[in-house]
Parts: sequence; C-alpha cells; structure tokens
Amino acid sequence: MSITAKDVKHIATLSRLNVPADELDKFQEQFNQILNYAEILKKVDTTGIEPSPYVLPTSNVFREDVPQPGVTHEEAMKNAPEEHNGGFKVPRVIE
Amino acid sequence: MALYNETVHELHEKLTKKEISSVELTNAVYDRIDEVEDQVKAYITLDKEGALKKAAQVDARIAAGEAIKPLTGVPGAIKDNISLKGMRLTCASKILENFQPIYDAHVIENLRKDDTVFLGKTNMDEFAMGSTTETSYFQSTSNPWDLSRVPGGSSGGSAAAIAAGEAIWSLGSDTGGSIRQPASFNGCVGIKPTYGRVSRYGCIAFASSLDQIGPIVRDVTDAAIVLNTICGVDAHDSTSANVPVPDFTKALKQDVKGMTIGLPKEFFGKGTDPKVAEQIKLTAKKFEELGAHVVEVSLPHTEYAVITYYIIAPAEASANLGRFDGVRYGYRNMQAQSAPEMMAATRTEGFGQEVRRRIMLGTYVLSSGYYDAYYNKAMQVRTLIRQDYQKAFEQCDLLLTPTSPVVAYPLDAKMDPLTIYMLDVTTIPVNMAGLPGISIPCGFIDHMPVGAQLIGKPLGEETLLRAAYTFEQATDFHKAVAPLGGKK
Repeated sequence: MSITAKDVKHIATLSRLNVPADELDKFQEQFNQILNYAEILKKVDTTGIEPSPYVLPTSNVFREDVPQPGVTHEEAMKNAPEEHNGGFKVPRVIE
Repeated sequence: MALYNETVHELHEKLTKKEISSVELTNAVYDRIDEVEDQVKAYITLDKEGALKKAAQVDARIAAGEAIKPLTGVPGAIKDNISLKGMRLTCASKILENFQPIYDAHVIENLRKDDTVFLGKTNMDEFAMGSTTETSYFQSTSNPWDLSRVPGGSSGGSAAAIAAGEAIWSLGSDTGGSIRQPASFNGCVGIKPTYGRVSRYGCIAFASSLDQIGPIVRDVTDAAIVLNTICGVDAHDSTSANVPVPDFTKALKQDVKGMTIGLPKEFFGKGTDPKVAEQIKLTAKKFEELGAHVVEVSLPHTEYAVITYYIIAPAEASANLGRFDGVRYGYRNMQAQSAPEMMAATRTEGFGQEVRRRIMLGTYVLSSGYYDAYYNKAMQVRTLIRQDYQKAFEQCDLLLTPTSPVVAYPLDAKMDPLTIYMLDVTTIPVNMAGLPGISIPCGFIDHMPVGAQLIGKPLGEETLLRAAYTFEQATDFHKAVAPLGGKK
C-alpha cells in the first residue's frame, strides 16, 4: 500500500490544512516511510484482544447537577481575532 | 554553591531560617538568567515583575512568623503548554503566539496555594511534538552541558533551565518521554507520574490518553516535594485518579534491600548505544551492592511500541488540535474570503511542519477504511504492551532501563522523522501502559550526562522514589554541574 500525492492532498483536506507545493513530495515520502514501517504490526496476533486506553480502572465520573461559575463573556472574547456585536466574526460561510 | 544552583529543600531551609529572603533568591536567579539566557534560550516568556512582587509578599509572611510550605518563595519555571493566568500561553507555536489564557491549570492552582514564585514559561517542541525542542516556533534551546547539542524534548526548556541555573525547579509534560528524556540529557531528575496521578486540566492536550504533568528538578527529594503539591483528583479531569495522595517525602528512605529490579533485555541490544547500556548495567550493579535483587526480564512486544505510539498519539492529536481554527482565539489568516479557506490557511500558516505532519498522519489512521488496520490494531497492541509490563511486575518491584538509547546529540542533526521517533523506544511504552517512570543521573559519556529510567507499578511512585533516592544518596552524579551551570 502506497500513499500518492493525491492521497496526501485528500488527507490535508480532511485535516483542514493546505499542503504547500514545496512540501508535497517530502510529506508523501515520509508518510510512506512511516506507514511501511507500520506493516510490522501485521506480525502481531491480536485476535480477541480488547483495545484499552487506561491503566487505572476508570468508569463514568459524575458530579451533582449544580451550576458552577463559568467563563464570563468578556473573558471568552478576550482572544478573539475579530469581534462583531459581542460575537466572533468570521469570513462568509455560505455563498 | 551559588544560590541559583541549590535545591528546593536546601533553599527552603535557608528561607525558614531567614538566612536568605525570597526576593534575594529570585533576584539571584534572574541575574543568572541575564547572564546565560542568550546562550541557552530556555524561556519563551519571563515575568520578573510578577515574580518579585510574589517574592516580596512571601518575605512579609515569613517576617510575620507564618509557617511556609517547601515550595513557598522558591522560584520555578513552567513549560509553556501549561496554563498560567497572567502569562501568555504559546505551546511554542505561531498559532498561539499572543494567546492570553483565561484560567489556571489545576497544578498551577495548587502551586499558587503554596505561594510559590513563577519565573516564566519555558521553551518546548511545538505542541510538545518532538524530542529536541527544535520544532519550537520561537527558538532552539541549547544543552548547558554542551551548547552545540540539543537539550532533548519536548520539555527541553524546563530541563535546560535547571541545568543552567535559570530555575530552582520546573514542570514539564510527558506524552512519550518528554519529561524523562530531557531530564536525562541535562543531568536532572524527571518523573512522569502514573497516568491519572496529576490532573491534566489546563495542560494543552496533545494525546489525552498519554499526557501527564511532572517535575524536572535537581534531586529526588525535590521531585517528591513538587509531587506533593501537584498530585490529586480534580473534578475538571475525569481521568484523574480518586485515590489518596501520600506524603511522597516519607518514601525517601535509603533502603532497597529485598527489592527485585528487572532489566528488560530488549533495551540493551540493537538500537541502544553500547556505552549507554554499559552505564545502566553499572547502575544495576550498584543497586545489587545496595541490597536489591536484579533479574533479567523480557517485554516481548517492545519492538512494536514506537509505531503503535506514532499511530495512537497523532490520532488523538488530530482530534485535539481541531480546535485551533482561527475563529475564537489565536492566529488568523486575514486574506481568506470564506470561513473554510480561512481555517485551512490559518492552520497551515499557524502550525509548523512536525505538527502538520502528525495531524495528517492522525487524520489518515482514523479515516474511513484505515481505522481498523491502523488505529484499532494499535489500540490492541497497546493492550499487549501493557500486559508485558503486568507480567514483569509479577516478578519485579521495579524495572531499570536506559532513559534514552543515546546521550544528547548535535543540534540541527537533520534526521528523518522515523529515525528520531525510534529514539523514543525506551520511554514510549511507559506512557502506553500508564505507568510511573523516573529518570535519574547515573553517569557520563564524554562529559555528557546519562539517565537511568526506573519504571514502577501503577501508583507505585513511592517505591520508585525510594529506589531512586537510595541510588542518589550512594552516588555523586546528581551533584555534577553543567559547564554552563555556573559556579560551584
């Protein structure tokens, strides 16, 4: 299995990234190098093995449904790149 | 020894006895920063004014006869992916170059209760993705033991600051070795606690199932002191462990008699510098002399650990870094004509190459058609890796390995990504299994420090600290000062 330049562009789109023209070849080569190396995982028999992210026995953690102080509007807007009428302003979304 | 090169516990005693003031100490550290920072470049942001203000408050408390905590008035440095209200938070990225955090991380809340002094925010690999601190948007940090070499990473700034006398204690974060490896490269002590020991609230997420905050300091006692303050359950992090936090300084006993220490054979062969392997074997011998029982063990899935990590961590990162879209905070491309264009341009210009590479790799392994072959498979292999460690711990109390298969290498070595990733083999499995690991100084190769990694059972920090302390008290490696480490 090999990643093509077209694949790299497709992955970039899914990632909300552009691929600068001068990086396309390098990224393609590096992805192939890493994914070829990942082939060694095929040697491992994982039949019936459960995926498990955590080492400590964790289950759902609940708290009382009581309102807690949150972030103020002013603080939430503090780092806004562009603001309009107290909201985040973005370029046009719909044509 | 100069004040700026002393340990937290030594300085705490001097503050308590009123031999020094916190203002005097804080000024001594800033003088040192003025002296060497242009060579080391450990910091992204400094806050001398805020630090001196806090130090003066502490001095007033001491003068009034109030009891103080071990970290009270002792200045420390914080890795710049940990949120500290009042100082910008950059993650060493252009995308957060001017970001002002609006809340404190849980660890910072705890440290503030101790009235500690914050010197500034330290340099790191961008979003903690790297092993050299060279992926920082701002600068590369130099290793105070040899300025032409890397300090390791991703917490390279925190470790270099300790080695250069630019901080008394520091915090790092560790997703695949980012506390332990720089600690080893800089002759420091660094501990990654058990996953869940420390709340991750306010530590900008890289790979949420692996990230953990911990100290980089000058000796094992200081590690115990910082752990005492930062550990504990937190309602803001549902993965933080709801278990009692012991007084870790009580674990500092010189006694390893009857302890069984396992040497996993997989970390002493191919891929490990034979000189490093030799130093770790000498460390094992020392433990034997001190009364421990050393046995060889095997962790058969070790060869799969690196690639498993480089599937899981980028997958989690690709999701976590989705929030950086230029809408609510951070850098924004102002030329784009539509929102989707703006987001893609913002992310492409705002993230460095390594971060973009990992986001794309992570997106790929999670994408439809590849999820089972890569991500799900890796999560299953992760279980097998964890089971290897569980089996080894049926026989052993601790495991001993090199912290890194190599000592610090030259800056700008231009290695391809996979070659650099392979050097994380010694530290990565510890994160995958969620175990506590500590790096302690154990020798030198051509004047560069070597670190030994001790790995413990889940929540086994006390055993880890006791063994590390016993070794440290029987050796002098932790007392060595870097050539840029200043006057003895």
